[in-house]
Amino acid sequence: MALGELTTEELLENFELFDDWEERYRYLIDLGRKLPDFPETDKNDTTKVNGCISQVWMTAEIEDGPPQRVLLKADSDAHIVKGLIAVLLVVYSHKTPQEVLATDINGVFEQLELGSHISVNRRNGFYAMVERIKSLAAAA
Amino acid sequence: MTQAVATNDRATTFDVAAVRADFPILARNVHKKPLVYLDNAASSQKPRQVIEAVDQYYRRHNANVHRGLHTLSDEATAAYEAAREKVRGFINAAEIAEVIFTKGTTEAINLVAASYGRAHLSAGDEVLITYMEHHSNIVPWQMICEQTGAVLRVCPINERGELLLDAFEKLLSDKTRVVAFNHISNALGTVNPVKKMVKMAHAVGAVTVVDGAQAVPHQRIDVRDLDCDFYAFSGHKMFAPTGIGILYGKRYLLEQMPPYQGGGDMIKTVSFEKTVYNELPSKFEAGTPIIAGAVGLGAAVDYLERVGLDAVSAYEHSLLEYGDQRLKSVPGLRMIGDAVDKTSVFSFVMEGAHPHDIGTILSHTGVAVRTGHHCTEPLMKFFKVPGTVRASLAFYNTREEIDQLVDGLAKVREMLL
Repeated sequence: MALGELTTEELLENFELFDDWEERYRYLIDLGRKLPDFPETDKNDTTKVNGCISQVWMTAEIEDGPPQRVLLKADSDAHIVKGLIAVLLVVYSHKTPQEVLATDINGVFEQLELGSHISVNRRNGFYAMVERIKSLAAAA
Repeated sequence: MTQAVATNDRATTFDVAAVRADFPILARNVHKKPLVYLDNAASSQKPRQVIEAVDQYYRRHNANVHRGLHTLSDEATAAYEAAREKVRGFINAAEIAEVIFTKGTTEAINLVAASYGRAHLSAGDEVLITYMEHHSNIVPWQMICEQTGAVLRVCPINERGELLLDAFEKLLSDKTRVVAFNHISNALGTVNPVKKMVKMAHAVGAVTVVDGAQAVPHQRIDVRDLDCDFYAFSGHKMFAPTGIGILYGKRYLLEQMPPYQGGGDMIKTVSFEKTVYNELPSKFEAGTPIIAGAVGLGAAVDYLERVGLDAVSAYEHSLLEYGDQRLKSVPGLRMIGDAVDKTSVFSFVMEGAHPHDIGTILSHTGVAVRTGHHCTEPLMKFFKVPGTVRASLAFYNTREEIDQLVDGLAKVREMLL
């Protein structure tokens, strides 16, 4: 299934099928491989999300409506981070700013048992991405 | 898991099962697997002897030091000063006046940079550091150079991660006032020839500041034999609590230096017209110190002395050889830092796997390693890597744990490739 067709609910259901971390991460890595292409030319200082360990690039824009929608593209040099980005895209992309702001992203990651990736270390690039998307939605 | 190791040159036996039993945290599980703690260069675990010393201090003796006449204050002062004497013996300093308690290595280096630097550096003077320094031995010198107009020079390294001593000698001149370098590189494990470098620096009249944070947990340190002018280290990397560290300095240099911070305990008399500073080492210990931390550090020194640093070095060397051979057999693995003289640190990258992926997957197998730039961004740029995976060992680690690391890396390859 292409990434764009997946809903948050389906994602949560799919993760529930897995018994252990290994299956969960294999699926996550697989999701990361399905990320839409992020043009190399867009990997610059403006799109770069500052993080300590891996590199992340992201563009976020608001598509004119009605209704307005948040459009996201992102990439990373780490497989697991690409997978986390894929989750983020499923949850946030093509949603209205109101839906983005109403989403409990921490809750989704907790349910996926991936909570440590966004809550433990606020200095990581992933946390910065979420903040960037939320402030874009708030300004829309 | 009793593992007696006989090394070639020294017939040392080392009962690793016995020392492991002293560290309560090593018995815990993470992700339902036994913890394999290989992040000792970031921070070490604490033996119960240290935990109990801190516990006892708070339960029985807690009071402020150097102030009261009451029993608890006397006991707290005695415990605090006893810890200083233990540290003095541990590094073989000439006297306790030369042993200053700080928050850690970072504060110790900042103290020297600010206090010695401000008093002795001016425009055109040079400070020499090396390419393999931790940010904490780069930034304080950049800051003082900016303030004084002094120039920062950087000694290059080779592809193995060793200092180029010829270049080091060429960079030294009559303009060099301070030479600051680590004893052992945190990111690579390279052991620098401190004694030789100190001698070369002294030949041009420069003072030497050695960052010993990565050395004290692994080998015997004798500051008088090294003849360095300053030696800085942290308690938490040598099995003591966080928040306590040491600055060793030669008395005549410390005497010349202005205080770093003002406050209580560092003064003899205070009036609004003139304040007279206290004697060493109090002159550099403004405010209520980290008393419990010092007591814990004293207990860690006792512990290390009992285990024996020579035995520790020999055992860790055998782990290094074993790990080196096992890791180099992992397909696609490239070791970053391969110095002839190194401690038990394995810094590496793997083809097709980002350090972030490796660190995350290893964590789920119970193995704790550090991933990232290790606060050495210039060094990572030199090796053209975004960061590395670093497994850093302590004397409580075992060959079985290295096997678990290697198994974890096989899992990484299997999951990613």
